[in-house]
Amino acid sequence: MNQRALRLTGSTRVLPGFGLSMGISVLFISLVLVLPITGLFGQLAELSLAQYWSIITEGRVVASYMVTMGAAAVAALINAVFGLLLAWVLVRYEFPGKRLLDALMDLPFALPTAVAGITLATLYASSGWMGRLLEPLGLQVAYTWVGIALAMAFTSIPFVVRTVQPVLEDLPAEVDEAAMSLGATDWVAFRRVIMPHLWPALVTGTGLAFVRSLGEFGAIIFIAGNMPYETEITALMIFVKLQEYDYAGASAVASVVLFVSLALLLAINIWQGRFVRRLHGGKG
Amino acid sequence: MPIAIYIVYRFKKELAMTLPLFFRRSLLAITLGASIASPAMAQEREMLNSSYDIARELFSAVNPEFIAWWQEQNGEEISVNQSHGGSSAQARAILQGLRADVVTFNQVTDVQVLADAGLVNEDWQSALDNNASPYYSTTAFLVRKDNPKGIENWDDLVKEDVQVVFPNPKTSGNARYTYLAAWGFADKEFDGDEEQVQDFMRTFLGNVAVFDTGGRGATTSFIERGIGDVLISFESEVNNIRQEYGSDDYEVIVPPMSVLAEFPVAVVTENAERNGNTDLAQGYLEYLYTEDAQRLLANFNYRVHNETVVEEFSDQFPETELFSVEDVFGSWDEVMETHFEGGALLDQLQRR
Amino acid sequence: MRRIGDAPGVKRLLIGAALILSALFLLLPLVAIFAQAFSQGVATFWVNVSNYFTLHAIGLTLVIALLTIPICLVFGVALAWLVTRFSFPGRRILQTLIDIPFAVSPVVAGLIYLLLYGRNGWIGSWLDGHDIQLMFAWPGILMVTVFVTCPFVARELIPLMQAQGSREEEAAATLGAKGWATFWRVTLPNIRWALLYGIILTNARAVGEFGAVSVVSGAIRGQTNTLPLHLEQLYQDYNAVGAFACAALLALIALLTLAAKASLEWRASRREALL
Repeated sequence: MNQRALRLTGSTRVLPGFGLSMGISVLFISLVLVLPITGLFGQLAELSLAQYWSIITEGRVVASYMVTMGAAAVAALINAVFGLLLAWVLVRYEFPGKRLLDALMDLPFALPTAVAGITLATLYASSGWMGRLLEPLGLQVAYTWVGIALAMAFTSIPFVVRTVQPVLEDLPAEVDEAAMSLGATDWVAFRRVIMPHLWPALVTGTGLAFVRSLGEFGAIIFIAGNMPYETEITALMIFVKLQEYDYAGASAVASVVLFVSLALLLAINIWQGRFVRRLHGGKG
Repeated sequence: MPIAIYIVYRFKKELAMTLPLFFRRSLLAITLGASIASPAMAQEREMLNSSYDIARELFSAVNPEFIAWWQEQNGEEISVNQSHGGSSAQARAILQGLRADVVTFNQVTDVQVLADAGLVNEDWQSALDNNASPYYSTTAFLVRKDNPKGIENWDDLVKEDVQVVFPNPKTSGNARYTYLAAWGFADKEFDGDEEQVQDFMRTFLGNVAVFDTGGRGATTSFIERGIGDVLISFESEVNNIRQEYGSDDYEVIVPPMSVLAEFPVAVVTENAERNGNTDLAQGYLEYLYTEDAQRLLANFNYRVHNETVVEEFSDQFPETELFSVEDVFGSWDEVMETHFEGGALLDQLQRR
Repeated sequence: MRRIGDAPGVKRLLIGAALILSALFLLLPLVAIFAQAFSQGVATFWVNVSNYFTLHAIGLTLVIALLTIPICLVFGVALAWLVTRFSFPGRRILQTLIDIPFAVSPVVAGLIYLLLYGRNGWIGSWLDGHDIQLMFAWPGILMVTVFVTCPFVARELIPLMQAQGSREEEAAATLGAKGWATFWRVTLPNIRWALLYGIILTNARAVGEFGAVSVVSGAIRGQTNTLPLHLEQLYQDYNAVGAFACAALLALIALLTLAAKASLEWRASRREALL
């Protein structure tokens, strides 16, 4: 049994800093994350179970889950492919404009989401630069479901790129040199040798992008059209309830998004742990 | 980088002016562990007006005039801060501790929320003239050049080929007035026959092309995206939009009958007392009723009560029959309950 | 030695695809923002930017970002070290808890802070009694900004540190290196890029956050108005050019952060070349 296996079984702790890092982490998580969340559940406590159920299963709200989830899934898939491509290009190649491309990656985060929304709506409306090109092709983006997915993809692309990038950068050159020397084609070598290292980061990035899209509001409302049952997103339902001073109702709908997101992220974390163990286990 | 250097170089005076003030406050706040609300270091009294989102320019114009007026009346130098946002988000902030001295809102319900919480006096509506609404407006139409669809009244909006743009009544108070105005019209037209009124409203809501969350979003959809044949908003707002985007391209239509939209103001008694600004807050609201202030308000396309000013601006505001929400629908509480809350009439009318 | 994807054809194809897609998807919006900001000439742009309230908003936004980064940095590194170097019950839960900010809509994030620290909240009412105001002042803005941005550093570090494993540190520790020395000499050099990306993301998000901040800021002009809030107000009030001027500034801040990162990279590579 090697060191690693010993460590994973928890029988020895060679490395220092357990107490300090545990202290900081637990204190921070309790104060900054968990304590405020109790406020959300405090609001829920004002509702009976039946009330809670009727709020979260109301027809229009359910329709909004469908719209949000569907669009977020499409956006996340687009980002998985596009983000992997961008990360690869940024790490592996030298070309003019690389610095600018790298800089562009963070743009969606730095822009307040409302700006992103207004700008995208301007570009993709039938009078906009993109809209004018796409509309004759029969593809209407603004005020449809496609526009929602587009806005989600825009706001969450940095998650994938910036999660994959450091892992790719860290991959030693020997890894693919070895694969290439065995005579595998690029594609096979990429799939067999590189991808196993990237999976955890790629899945995490995509998962985060998906979850972020579920909660997004500002970037989407300007391009969504917000027609009842068709292009209303869940975040809008929460916003509406807040406008009505209905904190409990808002918290109820928000809690659904919270649970779905956390369940998904927990699943990713567990899967990731197993995956990494398998990867390293194979080596050891 | 060069741009950043240029900014610093070009605006070094302004930056020097801004940053020390900012850091002085921050440093003090850091040493105390929190920002202390009472302006201990300010030599002059400061008051805060919490207002709705499209009133930034309006109160930027009003405040210097008020400051001069107060100086003249009381010989005291003061300053007025502004905070703007959606009216109900503003009320929410005050409920949770934003120490605004006065509110100048565009929704009666949002002031009432504060009164119900005890922050504003229960009798606020009778504390000042005209239901504590120093200015008012109504709901009007903005149509494209030469009014191609011939839209003159509410029943033109339910025609099959007309597309309407106004924000979502669920998120915008402005849009609630639009909804109520249309309902009020139909109620009179069909002599109170509920079924016909609801059919009318269903068609009206069905003609909506896009439901933005706020007035500004709806304007963008109508003007910049070219969506719809008519934009419905406050009269003041459609006039501002027309002035902003070209008087030649758009026309304002004030329907012969519409709803009275009040812009309620009130002293947030609890905060004003705490800030030692009760007289100042009261004076601010009273100032809004003076002839000078009323003229300023009329310049921003709001209807006012001062007779001299009304006379001066008589060309600008066509005569129209205005009904109040209370007269047709009862209280605002009832309106919210029967029309706008979850599962109420609006939801039913939009169901498919 | 040839590496994967080095064939000229593949390389050209991938770079081409990345450039075209990014141009359409990311560059075009940026161009549109600058086009709007300068649509009435450079003079109007400067008038909008040099306004006292805009300058104050820029200052506040930058100070909040500068305060946020170290907080998130300490937390992120501590948490990543904890969950990737030790095994203990509840590790996955802890790791998932840090994702709460991603799972909560920003407006709801602002609201929960308000409900806790606001005048009616159970902590807020106590503070109010002692005349301490956190919400609707800069501490409140800092608090929600930290909430929204705290996962980024940890999230960048965890996959990388997991992939790297702890063999190097264990070797150093076995050879008798002290805790901090191990961290500075062994761990930090290995994670510096991920750390840098984490800081960049934290900064970008801290500067651009709107939803959560709008709930707790009170948006008092010249006091608690951040640049994104100021932008929103200008836009609502039909000063679209002014709003886009602010948006251009925010984009500029992101680009400057990246320029800082590029110069760091350049210096590091030069030092390595010298050694």
